[in-house]
Amino acid sequence: MLSNASGAAAAGGRRPDVPAPGSASDDVIVDVRNAHYGVPTRQIFKGLDIKVRKGRITAIMGPSGTGKTTLLRLITGLISPSHGNVVVWGNDLATLDRQGMYALRKRMGMLFQNGALLTDLDVYENVAFPLREHTDLPEPLIRTIVLTKLHAVGLRGAAYLMPSELSGGMARRVALARAIVMDPEVLIYDEPFVGLDPISLGVILRLIRQMNEGLGITSIVVSHDVKELATIAHDSYLMYDGKVAASGTPNELAASDGEVVKQFMMGGADGPVAFHYPAPDYRQDLLGGGS
Amino acid sequence: MSAVAQDNVLIGAIRKLGKVTLFLVSVLAQCGPALARPRLVIHQIYNAGARSLIIIMLSGLFVGMVLALTGIDLLARFGSEDVLGVAAALGLLKELGPVVTALLFAGRAGTSLTSEIGLMRATDQLVAMEVMAIDPMRYVAAPRFLGGIIAMPLLVAIFDIVGLFGAQLVGVQQMGVNAGTFWSQTQGAVHLDDVWEGIVKSLTFGFACTLIAVYEGYNATPTAEGVGLATTRTVVASAVLTLILDYFLTAAFL
Repeated sequence: MLSNASGAAAAGGRRPDVPAPGSASDDVIVDVRNAHYGVPTRQIFKGLDIKVRKGRITAIMGPSGTGKTTLLRLITGLISPSHGNVVVWGNDLATLDRQGMYALRKRMGMLFQNGALLTDLDVYENVAFPLREHTDLPEPLIRTIVLTKLHAVGLRGAAYLMPSELSGGMARRVALARAIVMDPEVLIYDEPFVGLDPISLGVILRLIRQMNEGLGITSIVVSHDVKELATIAHDSYLMYDGKVAASGTPNELAASDGEVVKQFMMGGADGPVAFHYPAPDYRQDLLGGGS
Repeated sequence: MSAVAQDNVLIGAIRKLGKVTLFLVSVLAQCGPALARPRLVIHQIYNAGARSLIIIMLSGLFVGMVLALTGIDLLARFGSEDVLGVAAALGLLKELGPVVTALLFAGRAGTSLTSEIGLMRATDQLVAMEVMAIDPMRYVAAPRFLGGIIAMPLLVAIFDIVGLFGAQLVGVQQMGVNAGTFWSQTQGAVHLDDVWEGIVKSLTFGFACTLIAVYEGYNATPTAEGVGLATTRTVVASAVLTLILDYFLTAAFL
């Protein structure tokens, strides 16, 4: 059975080791309530409701351009909704000052779609960067932590390469090492599987699962890789037209009869999600001679 | 231009001025913490200063040589070739040194600052810092701002020295002005006030050019075209502002 975000409780298919969503309100870490947000050209969110629960892997899916990355910016307080609230660890982000926001962000880690590595620092310094900025740890300890994290993503040997010398997949893995170097409570992944070879993809999947199961890190994964997400996510949200079109476990979404969900999960060209950007009639356009 | 369009231009200019002022306040607020980590500032002095040295020295040399050539032509008409050193020294210290260095600085270091920060914006590096709870104003903007302001007077001093050497090269070695006269006249006529004027101008131009470069980079549209346009705006605005400021500073020092 599928439900919308406000009633995300669902039945079968859940992992037994984590509580089911909706079982307790105090385990909600991120609560997006009726969020509206727009840019001058269009309205991106029209009343979005999403809950992320402690210790779970929550997948945010949706067609391109539905605002998945924008949602992550809302959750990290980089942008504010024009209407509605974003509550993280019980704090309404709109009420926080800069210090409060930074205190909150120190408990989060984020993996950017392109890695967003600092191009003037090598791999080692990129991973060490948050440690140097936020702690007074001695250099030997920083070195140990950095090498441990780099080893976890399989790039200890690339510690002294510059970001320009890395492939896209390697850059993403370095960014993941940087994201986890402060041992965050919540990890946010923006399209972590894009452009990865099967081996790197498997490693990233394994890492996300390990960090969730081993360290209890809550994960928010934005992606449209349905197959990959189905193997790791506890909860899933499918965004469409500025709202949550469906939520539940990946299996529930896969079994859904909803047209949007079916089209998205099956990758169909025909359905409510238009493949073509709005345009005049094709025949008229071709025969019109550019007039 | 219609009255409405004029109003829009005026409102746009005032809005931009307000944004730059707010940006300046934010940067100044982070200058203290940035100075507490001198490694970052020294790195930026190297980037803005040391990497501009060759172009500054080469330009200074030729500006000094041209100054001597035109100067001796003019002075010879009045039989005053002896004061060539004074004319060259005062011209360089008070005017050409700060202004030409500022224009070169805007073209070399200013564009580099804007494109570097703009590219950091376009590749989400600034956002990544924000998400890591690290203020990019403190880590990126303030050290570059301080680096530019510190580098400019040093570059102007080097420009002046090399320019004077160039003037001496043409005036004394080529045109036959007496070397003793050249240097003694210069020593006697150049006062500390003249040097002070050059220092004030170089600091002011350094402040203005670096502020524009860092502001434009920080607020660049995060696309290739956006960074390109921001870089162009840096050069144009820095050059125009340098010349306007120069007029007012020169008038103030008269």
